[in-house]
Amino acid sequence: MKVQSNQFVNLADIAIADPSLQQAVSKGTQNAVSKRMAAMFEVSEDHGEALRQQAAAIKRATLNHLPDLLEEAETRMQQNGVKVLWAENAAEARRHVLDIARQHHVTRVAKSKSMVTEEIGLNDVLEQAGVITIETDLGEYILQLNQEAPSHIVAPVIHKTKASIEQIFVEQIGMPATQDAAEMVQYVRERLREDFLTAEMGVSGGNFIIAESGTVCLVANEGNARMVTSLPPVHVAVVGIEKIVATLEDYVTLTQVLPRSATGQKLTVYTQMINGPRRDHELDGPQHMYVVLVDNGRSDIYAGDYAEALACIRCGACLNICPVYQTTGGHSYGWVYPGPIGSIVTPLLSGLENATPLPFASSLCGACKQACPVDIDIPRMLLDLRHDLVENGKTEGIWDLGLKTWTHAMSSPSRFELGAKVASLGARLYPFDNIPGPLRGWTRHRGIPPFASQSFRTWWKNRQPETDNTRE
Amino acid sequence: MIDLVKRESPKDKPVSLFVTCLVDVLFPETGKSMVQVLEYLGVEVNFPAGQTCCGQPGFNAGYWNESRRVAAHFLEAFENAEVIVTPSGSCAAMVRHEYSRLFSDDPRRLAEAKRLAGITWEFTEYLVDGLGITDLQGRLPNSQTFAFHDACHSLRLMGLGNAARTLIGGLDNAQIIELPEHDVCCGFGGLFSVKMADISGAMLKRKVANIHACPAQVLSSDTSCLAHINGGLQQLSEPKKVRHVADILAEGIAGKADYHTANSSIGGEG
Repeated sequence: MKVQSNQFVNLADIAIADPSLQQAVSKGTQNAVSKRMAAMFEVSEDHGEALRQQAAAIKRATLNHLPDLLEEAETRMQQNGVKVLWAENAAEARRHVLDIARQHHVTRVAKSKSMVTEEIGLNDVLEQAGVITIETDLGEYILQLNQEAPSHIVAPVIHKTKASIEQIFVEQIGMPATQDAAEMVQYVRERLREDFLTAEMGVSGGNFIIAESGTVCLVANEGNARMVTSLPPVHVAVVGIEKIVATLEDYVTLTQVLPRSATGQKLTVYTQMINGPRRDHELDGPQHMYVVLVDNGRSDIYAGDYAEALACIRCGACLNICPVYQTTGGHSYGWVYPGPIGSIVTPLLSGLENATPLPFASSLCGACKQACPVDIDIPRMLLDLRHDLVENGKTEGIWDLGLKTWTHAMSSPSRFELGAKVASLGARLYPFDNIPGPLRGWTRHRGIPPFASQSFRTWWKNRQPETDNTRE
Repeated sequence: MIDLVKRESPKDKPVSLFVTCLVDVLFPETGKSMVQVLEYLGVEVNFPAGQTCCGQPGFNAGYWNESRRVAAHFLEAFENAEVIVTPSGSCAAMVRHEYSRLFSDDPRRLAEAKRLAGITWEFTEYLVDGLGITDLQGRLPNSQTFAFHDACHSLRLMGLGNAARTLIGGLDNAQIIELPEHDVCCGFGGLFSVKMADISGAMLKRKVANIHACPAQVLSSDTSCLAHINGGLQQLSEPKKVRHVADILAEGIAGKADYHTANSSIGGEG
């Protein structure tokens, strides 16, 4: 997927002007926030804080030992009969999956929802090679029909209303018109059944890989992931290297916070733990199982100042709670991962110069950190990325000038006073009109603050003698 | 995560006001209200004349060298301060949380930065957590209902939230209700409001709609939110204005001699 993150402001303006998107995103995110809150409060009155901190500690401990845990996971998976492939970058990951498909003479692939396959752009490559690839997650299915990218990492069609989804089904797959969601789902369900049965290869992501047992773990609600991973003769799980956890015990904690934070569920409807392909005495399951471990920039993140970003379990809680995401929707962010965590991961994975607006796409309100089930300090990392942009000279000259002027004024009380007087005069000269220059954005939505006729400083100066006299 | 800086009690120490750049030129009344409340409590107040800004705008914009210069100026301006009180949660958070980062490579300034981090208080926090005052023994002339816009940095960086409600709730004739989405950002975010003006504007519109529908007088304890939200109300020709908590507290104690007299006359335990 081409990175369009430098277009963030323009894309956001389009999203703000789209009433259907506004309605859908507002409803979807608010619903997700209240469900998450309820599910976390259910754990304990302090919003499941102890569970959250436990999960946070696990992810950090895991990251500290990531190289060792990856090796352990590889060994265990191999012992379980899984073929493990390493992909340094997106191209290598795509090549691995394509090679597996060719080796097994695959013509049809059924996929369950996976952000990392979006990240590496897998579907296009499979399709170009003549392999029919069907997304079987309902949301992803809708987007595939409409040739769109997901706008949310958990709820890919959060930007769509029911009416627009109905229209896609009617136009693209001949569904009889209906407003009834259950009827729509039933119609798709019957079509997908055929896709599951005819697929020669299933491709899934992976929410966790337990290192000590080599278990690939998936959370899903629609049952499609179970079909994808058990019906076709070949199963390929494409998983980012940060998804490793050390032990079953750690997994038990994380698999509780993930659904609670993502969808407000105690557990997802399907919670799968896959320990390899079909064994000799077993009657079903895929004969061949592959795990493609994708780096694609993660090692670089790991080695740098933003390793904490790899703690993310992709629950989407920070997207849902973010007032910026709620306003712009996910497509504005211009790549696979939107929202607060996307504003960090996108510059790190695709290059800071390709995503210069994203670190600024936040009022630093801190709601993301508060919602994050593993307590990632997103505002801190956004601040650091802003600093990196300035240090690397990747900011616009107008802000450089503005901030230098500000520094000059604020480093001396007399210059500050003078600056305030100039600003006050300026505000009087342009009382109701747009002020010129870079500040005109302010006046599109806000009045110019009225400057007081006498500053506090002047008032204090004038009252001092009087106070001193009273004291004496 | 919220506030790990250990602080000594600020009781019986003179307060150096850090009024913030916004209060100085836009809301001097709020500065006067603080002085009024503090002097009513018998606190000795001074105003270090060298003060300008805490450096937050530059810091949040990524211009740390520039921010450092302004912050260094702040350190000098407040070098004699024993307690610093400010009417803005985000400025207090800047001094308390970010200064030690800004000066991590400058041992001399770092020591002073840490000292100031330990003595800097947001106004309502100073009264409630610092002095232990939950009831100013004040009374509003007429019955009034209030609601609060929680400033993000007060709420999430400083872990405040109840201090302002406690103090206002302690005034006779004051009732408190909750503003819908009271803890959702107003969209200010410093440079964000200019650089991403339309997104910030959409967030502001949402805040203004909630305030419009709220029957109470909305209050905040952060001057940046005040400037932003009132700018939005003004733009939409909405007659309502959000007010600073300090201004209401000052109205509540207007005409009263001093806290200790008021408190002892009703037999309270000063």
